[in-house]
Amino acid sequence: MLAIFRRELKAYFTSPLGYVFLAIFYAFAGLFFWLFALDIGSTDLSTAFLMMFLVLMVFVPLLTMRLLADDKKQKTDQLTLTAPVSLFSIVFGKFLSAYVIFVAGVAVFPVFGFVMSIFAKISWLPIWGNTVGLLLLGGIFVSSGLFVSALTENQMIAAIGSFFINLMIMLLDTLVNQLPSGFFRTVLGSISIYSRYIEITNGIFSLSSVLFFLSVIGIFLFLTVRVLEKKRWA
Amino acid sequence: MIEVQNLTKRYGAKLAVDRVSFKVNESEILGFLGPNGAGKTTTMNILTGYLSSTDGKALINGIDILEEPLKAKKLIGYLPEQPPLYLDMTVEEYLKFVYRLKKCKLPINSHLKEICELVKITDVKKRVIKNLSKGYKQRVGVAQALVGNPPVLILDEPTVGLDPKQIIEIRTLIKKLGKNHTVILSSHILSEVQAVCDRIVIINRGRIVADDNSERLVQNLSNDHKLIVRAEGNPNEIKKLLSSIPDMREVRINRENIEPGVAEFYLNAKEGSDVRREVSKRLASRNFPLLMMKSSELTLEEIFLKITTGDIYGHADKIEAGMDTRLAGKE
Repeated sequence: MLAIFRRELKAYFTSPLGYVFLAIFYAFAGLFFWLFALDIGSTDLSTAFLMMFLVLMVFVPLLTMRLLADDKKQKTDQLTLTAPVSLFSIVFGKFLSAYVIFVAGVAVFPVFGFVMSIFAKISWLPIWGNTVGLLLLGGIFVSSGLFVSALTENQMIAAIGSFFINLMIMLLDTLVNQLPSGFFRTVLGSISIYSRYIEITNGIFSLSSVLFFLSVIGIFLFLTVRVLEKKRWA
Repeated sequence: MIEVQNLTKRYGAKLAVDRVSFKVNESEILGFLGPNGAGKTTTMNILTGYLSSTDGKALINGIDILEEPLKAKKLIGYLPEQPPLYLDMTVEEYLKFVYRLKKCKLPINSHLKEICELVKITDVKKRVIKNLSKGYKQRVGVAQALVGNPPVLILDEPTVGLDPKQIIEIRTLIKKLGKNHTVILSSHILSEVQAVCDRIVIINRGRIVADDNSERLVQNLSNDHKLIVRAEGNPNEIKKLLSSIPDMREVRINRENIEPGVAEFYLNAKEGSDVRREVSKRLASRNFPLLMMKSSELTLEEIFLKITTGDIYGHADKIEAGMDTRLAGKE
């Protein structure tokens, strides 16, 4: 697993992909920090965190599109799948590599907090809560992106596919609000990722939400392993 | 070392590999011969655990690849048809990655150095794989299979796309490796497997049609009744002269004036007959210098035809009738 992780992480920086992703991440984070905190003289970053949902929805697929799709196209999967490593460690190694890049992006928010704390008295708890929330949300985006990347050989399709999944994740809430109250509304409402993320950005940080996010990540990783497994039997 | 029992692979309705069974002994080089699409690659992919079989078993040193994949995969070095190279890495980085991926225990630097010297890629170690020539890429692919010194090597068409010098180098390397490794290599060129392998398995349409010691197989497939002859003199006279040999069925002028006054003939005598001496004698008697005489090489299709119609292995019933008529039409 470590071998795959190291290779993939390095690959982000032998191509422009890692740099481009981080540049976009920092640019948007900086923009929102300026617009919703500095410019209006507030120390509340929750709007900035909320806006990041939209940015990540679009740009995390760029990070994950390559991971498994390219392996299939270049036939390097013949190396990884015939090496004495389990499918899960291949998938998890790839997941971690993209996730580490993502974490490097998110790390800019505590820096913003630190900058503000020099000039004003700020409440750190919501900043940490939101940062953890963003990390969990990113985990879902990365794992779903990895899953779509396992389904195709084409990186563009992988990117568009995972963007679509992310869009669905966001739109699920709107759909739920249109439904009459009843069984479906309860079920769909309780699997809404967006509303839980909003909760976190509002400073409500519950264990059940954390477990929920971790489970969704787990499910996507599990599905990715199944896709690779299924390919052998096709 | 390797045992394959009734291996079957089905892609939907298409049967890619059909009840294939064979054994490879320790330190044996087995050649897997067959036309494109015969099921060579599929069989190799199953043996290495990349694909799973629909039915049957593949055992590496007694370990079932499906039941204990991690243990079995540790014993195998695999070079797929297209070497699985990460183009964005340098050769050295790549081999180190493979070393870690395979969880090798050998001392990393000396082990990789040894492999690089063996396949002669030491001089490109620092270069990015993307920029290497096809021959070097192929060699890096071989190097990758050798990492960890696995006892079994499975090489899918290792000489494809190489220049003649590189082909000879790779063949010599495989022979060398065969002394202390069990090797399976696939090819669609008879002379190649003949040059390298102890044993040849011929596969067609997913089925084994011949499995024998390579010398015996080649001997049985010899083609002495079909000759290519070059002689100096009037082509039509020579044609007439050779046509009068008793067992001769057909004499055709292939090309005239290959060199001034020299023509090439294609001779087809009765099967089982040997007309070489008679050809030479007759040409000499009329003072036509004989400049070249060789058996026309069998193409892979002719080999199948020979195996199936000549029935030298009693497998004729295994080949579908369609194949025979298709080939007969070509003759």
